[in-house]
Amino acid sequence: MTLTPWFSVTLASIGISIVIAILRASLGPTAFDRVLAVNTIGTLVVLSICVYGFFDGRPEFLDIAVLYALINFIGTIAILKFFRHGTLGDHLPPEDTHNG
Amino acid sequence: MGFIIDATLIAFLALIAISALRRKRLFGMVMLSGAFSLVAATLFLVLDAVDVAFTEAAVGAGISTVLALATLSLVPAEEKPHSIAIVPAFLALTTGLLLSIAVSDLPEFGAADAPIHNHVAPEFIIGSEEKIGVPNVVTSVLASYRGYDTLGETVVVFTAAIAVLLIIGGWTRRETETAESTEDDHAG
Repeated sequence: MTLTPWFSVTLASIGISIVIAILRASLGPTAFDRVLAVNTIGTLVVLSICVYGFFDGRPEFLDIAVLYALINFIGTIAILKFFRHGTLGDHLPPEDTHNG
Repeated sequence: MGFIIDATLIAFLALIAISALRRKRLFGMVMLSGAFSLVAATLFLVLDAVDVAFTEAAVGAGISTVLALATLSLVPAEEKPHSIAIVPAFLALTTGLLLSIAVSDLPEFGAADAPIHNHVAPEFIIGSEEKIGVPNVVTSVLASYRGYDTLGETVVVFTAAIAVLLIIGGWTRRETETAESTEDDHAG
């Protein structure tokens, strides 16, 4: 594990960004602020995994980061679908099935 | 440096957990628990438990969020007001304290002379390829040495998936209003 200033600065910046995103998710007045903040936390976590992989000399962590990005994406899609329909959409009310 | 990263991740976990507990609307709790799982998975990854991290990310951040959202369409959107329950709080704090004391008895992280590395692990690492014929040690342990155990696990997970689909799949909050229309597309 080689500690270079660049990696420390990068990891610290990502960490500060995550703190800000957590604060937004906690304070955010509307639910959409929270969705955006939680999605941002996920993206920053994926970024930090990439940076940590190179920092630790194991660039294959990139594969894991891609998997996390996909999972984060599925979660966001499910949340937005819940917003749109009030359910996850397996039994949509008739008026929603046309434009959904 | 490794210690700083671990401590930062644990601080994030505590921050997310506290802000999730302070929510009144259940939706915010679901969102924050998804973020909690993703950060926990990163902590496992940093601790070199990549398989556990995968499971935590897929189940905790992915499937659990979707299942909790599906549940939210069945239950009220807000938590009922309640006071702090003393007995469960005492039990949780005592268990946490006991576990923290027990941690000091664990072997050092990554120590080569830990019991887990000296019991049957060397035998598996040296002899499994000859005995089982599979180059990957983890695969031979999962599919052969512990084959029945893995079969049982698969049955349990399959049963749980069917039970969850039966409980959540058919109902929505508007079930009574749209009972007739949902009968038709029940197969889909």
